[in-house]
Amino acid sequence: MLHGFLPSILQGGLVTLAVALTSLVVAVLLGLLGAGMKLSKSRALKALANVYTTVIRGVPDMVLMLLIFFGGQTIVNAAAQKAGYEGYIDINPFIAGVITIGFIFGAYLTETFRGAIMAVPPGQREAGIAYGMSNTQVFLRIVLPQMVRFAIPSFANNWLVLVKSTALVSVIGLGDMMQRAGLAAGATREPFTFYTAVALLYLAITTVSVLLLRQLERRYSLGVKAAVLR
Amino acid sequence: MLNTEVMIESLPVFFAGALVTLKLLLVSLAIGLLFAIPLAVLRSSPVWWKSRSVWLFTYVIRGTPMLVQLFLIYYGLAQFEWMRQSVLWPWFSQAWFCAVLAFGINTCAYTTEIIAGAIAATSHGEVEAARAMGMDTATLYRRILLPSALRRALPAYSNEVIMMLHGTSLASIVTLADITGAARETNSKYYLPFEAFITAAAFYLCLTFVLVGMFHLAEKRWLAHLAPRT
Repeated sequence: MLHGFLPSILQGGLVTLAVALTSLVVAVLLGLLGAGMKLSKSRALKALANVYTTVIRGVPDMVLMLLIFFGGQTIVNAAAQKAGYEGYIDINPFIAGVITIGFIFGAYLTETFRGAIMAVPPGQREAGIAYGMSNTQVFLRIVLPQMVRFAIPSFANNWLVLVKSTALVSVIGLGDMMQRAGLAAGATREPFTFYTAVALLYLAITTVSVLLLRQLERRYSLGVKAAVLR
Repeated sequence: MLNTEVMIESLPVFFAGALVTLKLLLVSLAIGLLFAIPLAVLRSSPVWWKSRSVWLFTYVIRGTPMLVQLFLIYYGLAQFEWMRQSVLWPWFSQAWFCAVLAFGINTCAYTTEIIAGAIAATSHGEVEAARAMGMDTATLYRRILLPSALRRALPAYSNEVIMMLHGTSLASIVTLADITGAARETNSKYYLPFEAFITAAAFYLCLTFVLVGMFHLAEKRWLAHLAPRT
């Protein structure tokens, strides 16, 4: 099938998934950090987080990816030269891709998490403090388990957009599904066949994600009665 | 730090690129909106096969990256002999036409769902009243459903427009000289990635702010009845 290129494309699919999941981890961490900054009392932290979310959400992911890939190359090599290194260092496209996508979706998740944290009734947090829990304990034991339910719908949307934006890493030369399909298309002169295969694989990832996230939402909404709309 | 001389010198290229970006954006938005309105009406139809077939279209488009869609049209269609022989080939062999077509189809799918969602949110009584006045379905849509649904769709549509502005940066991959294309050209000419891509980012940021401002004015004008009264 697919002139023997199927294993290569599927391997590319694993690269796509690896990029997506690693970026998701970066994005979740940055999102929590950003939400914490936006909800903090410090004006400087709030302003910094606002600049982060505004700038990142106002610039295309393509431009940011090229900036980090080519710009990172320049910085790394300038630093290496100063340190007395003679050769030329190539930036790993996997790392550049993960940093970019993680950075972008960190900005979107900042808003998601900020809203979710604010949706947890303040009495819950106060009760935790009254029990003598530290701030970390209050966050991990009280706020986090309850904010998940509020965060899931927007988190699910962001994850779906994130998965699709991984297609861009092929532009900076990482061997994901897109890039391998391009190679196969060049070798067989059947671009339509291979890009259709990639489209179907993306559709499969999206569909599985939607189903899993629905389960997760159900799990975290246990014990919450849905409003009945007539 | 930044080489401002190069940045200023390459500004004309960026302004020319901004023109290309805006043209791509406006034409694809126009195509998308033109087809999205009838599709949204079909999507809201109580006849299951009408609604489901439109759903299938939007599901496939929204579940795959726009880059894949662009490559399927730009590279993929050339695979077929009948396509290369057809009268349409002069158009389909042009990057500009393919980009506008891919972007138009993509935004059409998202816009269809946005408008269909707004139609579904129409209050029950409005439709009942229209029926009681003896309106047929066509009149009901023209006078009651669409005018209010299109207004309510404005905030979500403004997000879609910003997403499309960022999406047009993919055009640079198929050789078009939009803002991102200008940045890539500047980068390869001077080998100054920061100067090139930060200028591009600033251009996109400005365009984003202008679009957000315009939608803000539009909402003030057409959604005044929903604004909180103070």
